[in-house]
Amino acid sequence: MDDLYRDYILDHYKQPRNFGELEPHDLEAHDHNPLCGDEMGVHIRVRDGKIADLRFHGQGCAISQAAASIASEEYVGMPVDDVGQLDADWVIDLLGIPISATRRKCALLNLKVMRGATTGDASWPE
Amino acid sequence: MATSATTPRLHVRSDFPIFAREIDGRPLIYLDSAATSQKPAAVIEAMDDYYRRHNANIHRGVYTLAQEATDLFEGARERVAAFTGAETATTIFTRNATEAINLVAYAWGRANVGPGDVVLITQMEHHSNIVPWQLLCQGTGAELRYLDVSDEGTLSLDQLDAELAGGRVKLAAFAHISNVLGTINPVAEMASRVRAAGALSLVDASQAVPQIPVDVAAVGADFYVWTGHKALGPTGIGVLHGRRDVLEAMPPFLGGGDMIRVVDWQESTWNDLPWKFEAGTSMIAEAVGLGAAVDYLGELGMENVRAHERALAAYALERLADVGGVRVIGPPDPDERGGVISFELEGVHPHDVAELINRQNVCVRAGHHCAMPLMRRLGVPATARASLGPYNDASDVDALVEALVNAKKVFA
Ligand SMILES: Cc1ncc(COP(=O)(O)O)c(C=O)c1O
Repeated sequence: MDDLYRDYILDHYKQPRNFGELEPHDLEAHDHNPLCGDEMGVHIRVRDGKIADLRFHGQGCAISQAAASIASEEYVGMPVDDVGQLDADWVIDLLGIPISATRRKCALLNLKVMRGATTGDASWPE
Repeated sequence: MATSATTPRLHVRSDFPIFAREIDGRPLIYLDSAATSQKPAAVIEAMDDYYRRHNANIHRGVYTLAQEATDLFEGARERVAAFTGAETATTIFTRNATEAINLVAYAWGRANVGPGDVVLITQMEHHSNIVPWQLLCQGTGAELRYLDVSDEGTLSLDQLDAELAGGRVKLAAFAHISNVLGTINPVAEMASRVRAAGALSLVDASQAVPQIPVDVAAVGADFYVWTGHKALGPTGIGVLHGRRDVLEAMPPFLGGGDMIRVVDWQESTWNDLPWKFEAGTSMIAEAVGLGAAVDYLGELGMENVRAHERALAAYALERLADVGGVRVIGPPDPDERGGVISFELEGVHPHDVAELINRQNVCVRAGHHCAMPLMRRLGVPATARASLGPYNDASDVDALVEALVNAKKVFA
């Protein structure tokens, strides 16, 4: 089996969880990975300071889409204020595959968008 | 499987030292020449020899070494101009094609473009032939307009005529060969229509000079720009060929040493062409390298390079059709396109395509290829792009096809 394109990665890519739009929503952000043209947006619904529901949307490679799908299951239920504390390693550990330097931004795009939506800081996660 | 289309004429891979390199015990399959070409030993050695034996600053030095360096630099300019059918004095060295276009946009643009004027470009331009014009238009109140790209990846001369008939176009800028679609545009015809309408033209020949025989005088554009590193030369050098009267009337771009005749307390007068546009110490070794590159290409014969790459592109188009699920973007007829083949593989994002085929040392590019407006026009987020150089042969295409078949399996 492939090291990077594991079955669960491909599964999340082909059937992404929490994908689409969410109307109405409380928070949103949209961003790009300028290297490869991937784009991703998120709609978030907040209840009692927690992420009650969210949807990612956009287009991208298997790594960026699978990362968003896998992470989305963690984001639901998380206090909104906690998103800003998450770092790059959090996403990469969650993915569980070896991410090379050239694919790092693919993996991190979902967190960048989430942080943009929840904190206004749209810089790349470190 | 069809192999009839392939009659490669060139067998020059051994001239390029990088192909001795193996990665994980496998040879390099380099299909990214549209991003940058590999360099023949002749280029590397010419630059090495310059630094080892002739290095000195050019112009003004009276000692032997300085004279040698000046002769090498100016000799390279002469050969570069001869190679492209241009005049030596109107052949200006820049840092790359991007700087050449910026030079025109600033020096010519700021002096000649104003509110209500139109700068006309096309939807297939590289960012370097878009953003300088955006800056110019934002700074002057001019309007930036685009010629459309058809579904087959071509431009319409009728639309060009219609835009010119509006009477507001001051300058039209367009690629000779698209770095995404491979389309060879009818630039001589376009330049002549632009001229007849009283406007100036700029041709971005970054992809053309390495791929097809070019003749700057025959194209007849006011500005013709290209970049050394895609034409077997080093990075750090580009070329601007300009029409003499236009260059003479233009104010300089950058100010500094070398570009002046006399510097007084408050003002200066300008050096002759081409030096008026070459402020500061030039990229001497790079010019020497580019001179060696055009000598090398001249020896191969650009007709042969084109025939070789045309045959190989035709072969690649046939083989890619066999893969299943591959959609090639751009003109289907090999006579109308260069050796740049953008494609999509159904169900697999271009980034993943590039990653997977890299495991077999196949180097292709994935992304927007610095042409985000074109991606939007084509309705794709990105493409994978295989592009050819004189050192490629049918085995490279076969390796690409095999790697794509394997990539498909991973995502099946
Ligand atoms: C068509 C075209 N124009 C311009 C450029 C810019 O070249 P450079 O980055 O060397 O200035 C490129 C290459 O990237 C290109 O393909």
